[in-house]
Amino acid sequence: MLSRTADNLYWIARSMERAETVARLLEVGSRNALIPSLSGGYRNEWDAILQASGTQAGFAAKYGDPVPRNIESYLFFDLDNPSSVASSITRARENARIVRTALTSAVWDALNSAYQDLLRMRRTERSKLPMSDLIDWTMRQSMMVRGAIEDTQLRIDGYDFLNIGYHLERADSTARLMDVKYFVLLPQVDYVGSGLDNYQWRTILRAMSAHRAFSWAYGGEITPAKIADFLILNRKAPRSLITSVEGASAHLDRLARGYGRSTNAQSKARALVGELAEASVEDIFDEGLHEFLSRFIAEIAGLGGVIHSSYLSGDAR
Amino acid sequence: MDGDEPSYFNEMFDGDGVRAPYSGLDGWANDMPPELRNLKQSEAEALFRRIGITFAVYGEGGDPDRLIPFDMFPRVFSSGEWRKLEAGIRQRARALNAFLMDVYGRGEIVKAGRIPAHLVYRNEAFEKAVVGFKPPRGVYSHIVGIDLVRTGPDEFFVLEDNCRTPSGVSYMLENREIMMRMFPGLFQENRIAPVENYPALLRRTLASVAPEKCEGEPRVAILTPGHFNSAYYEHSFLADMMGVELVEGQDLFVEGDYVWCRTTEGPKRVDVIYRRIDDAFIDPLCFRPDSMLGVPGLMNVYRSGGVTIASAPGAGVADDKAIYTFVPDMIRFYLGESPILNNVPTWQCAKPDECAYVLDNLAELVVKEVHGSGGYGMLVGPKSSTEQIAAFAEKIKEDPANYIAQPTLALSTCPSFVEEGVAPRHVDLRPYCLVGERIELVPGGLTRVALREGSLVVNSSQGGGVKDTWVMAE
Repeated sequence: MLSRTADNLYWIARSMERAETVARLLEVGSRNALIPSLSGGYRNEWDAILQASGTQAGFAAKYGDPVPRNIESYLFFDLDNPSSVASSITRARENARIVRTALTSAVWDALNSAYQDLLRMRRTERSKLPMSDLIDWTMRQSMMVRGAIEDTQLRIDGYDFLNIGYHLERADSTARLMDVKYFVLLPQVDYVGSGLDNYQWRTILRAMSAHRAFSWAYGGEITPAKIADFLILNRKAPRSLITSVEGASAHLDRLARGYGRSTNAQSKARALVGELAEASVEDIFDEGLHEFLSRFIAEIAGLGGVIHSSYLSGDAR
Repeated sequence: MDGDEPSYFNEMFDGDGVRAPYSGLDGWANDMPPELRNLKQSEAEALFRRIGITFAVYGEGGDPDRLIPFDMFPRVFSSGEWRKLEAGIRQRARALNAFLMDVYGRGEIVKAGRIPAHLVYRNEAFEKAVVGFKPPRGVYSHIVGIDLVRTGPDEFFVLEDNCRTPSGVSYMLENREIMMRMFPGLFQENRIAPVENYPALLRRTLASVAPEKCEGEPRVAILTPGHFNSAYYEHSFLADMMGVELVEGQDLFVEGDYVWCRTTEGPKRVDVIYRRIDDAFIDPLCFRPDSMLGVPGLMNVYRSGGVTIASAPGAGVADDKAIYTFVPDMIRFYLGESPILNNVPTWQCAKPDECAYVLDNLAELVVKEVHGSGGYGMLVGPKSSTEQIAAFAEKIKEDPANYIAQPTLALSTCPSFVEEGVAPRHVDLRPYCLVGERIELVPGGLTRVALREGSLVVNSSQGGGVKDTWVMAE
């Protein structure tokens, strides 16, 4: 397959998953802002959202103070923000248009109609579009595309590149969502274990569509250790770091088998899986949750870099 | 109707009766209830959008994906009419290729005084970089699109030749596909020759001109300027139908004596490039140094026989509007035959006496820019105001060599669906002739229709639409 085609497929998946992540972050932001914060009002929670989505600098340059309404439009509609839901869906659809013939019509339909909806919504008065509806809409589009891919795409290399994109972006996203928690709580270590703390953790789980699953799997009190175990180390959790990295690794291995040759990408992915498989929650907390997550986000970016040079850049030999 | 209006040849109704090729459509449109017709029309549009048959227009605001209006009323030729057209088109494609081989070789036609040397050698489209090079099988133009108009039962004229990268063939194929889906009955009742093997023929044609150095099954690729190009859909459609890679310049590189394609499994050699970009952009080392669309070093590989480029760089000199006038001479000179299809009489404004005639008769003529395309920069005398004509006259006087003029042809009409029902609208025709080891032509082409009442301009940028084109089987 043409390297550029593989690159387009990979970015379709990454962009759709990014759109979903930003929607999930918006959900965390709206919920966190519903309860009174003990320091500086809404500012802290929303700052954390901007930080976690990596858009803080861009937002500050355009708007200055983090006013919730501005943050919402910056994260959802703003095409100047490359990570906004609108930018991500537009990018996914444009990548799809380029490789239209590598996609089934079901996948193209799902991407194209998301884009057409988006065009309509951009023309609609903002007050008629409650944020909760926009978040639900984004999740639905993302799942439609994902479902169409799973149901209809041929299981050839293109399918692997789509899935590698999904899993990599998802690993990054889960790590970032968890990191929000760090930013919110950082100045108030005293509140760990308090009612407020639990509320915020629950919100994170809710944003991962996982709070019921969590209760089912662990029961009882929500503790940081249980959450970290669930979202980082538990193979049953569909968005946990280990599930995502294993997914990426499995699709890289499929590629290597199909092509009859292995690259650095496979070894790098396996090393990451290995590290997570052997880690314990205690190790992570010893390192510091924020430190661990930052390192993990960097590792994922590194794996993305190796995949790019091994397959997508066209420099493969 | 105004008494001064010229009378046009209606391809369906001849006096009181229905002409034979159209007999299968007699009553078809009139019997269709308006609701059904509207339903079918929106169904067709939905299909076009769904499949993604759009041409992209960026930078004008609005939805960049536009649809070319599709008119459901087919345009029909009898097998006899087609036989004559086909023979004429093949003849022309042979002569144009012979001309190209000649002018990049010994230049016999110029030496014989049949075509003025400056029109060839000082032509912008003349490519010095390929002088003396003989492409595989001596073919320069592998896909020849011939634009034809009709003015009477047996009167066909060639409006222009397209020897570089004629577009629109995807519409020919998709229009048929959509008609068959919407009106299967019509295809059961009428014996309509199929066009669907065009992609297979194109692939075979391209493979047949692979360079001698090619080993095994030739790897063919379509080179596109990219997804912002208005014809990107066609490029990806053809690549998909032929089962070949669709590449951009950045996907290719030159190493050693060959061109390679960047894939996820490492470099793969490319033998034949069907390029859909202009000469000026294919190799920044040879042509425009600022081009990001092409492949550095491609021309060196081409000239050393490592890759075939279709159509060959330099093919454009044969379809220049100034050269067009001489195509009948080419047919006589190279093939020793008399032309089957006529040219439209053309006045060259570069010649003072012809220019004077043109300026005196602007109100009756169509004036075009020599290098223009897309229906822009032209004057349709009979449809223009005195002021417009006066303004255009000034432009001609400023740069006479830039213009040619032709009589306003009474383009034939074909019934078409319009707001009020069915009415005649002017049409033209572009068949696609493939030249490789053999010359191939599918029975059909792209019919463009001027949907605005009275309009003679069929270009999609000027309110034109397209129709399915039928050739009745023998």
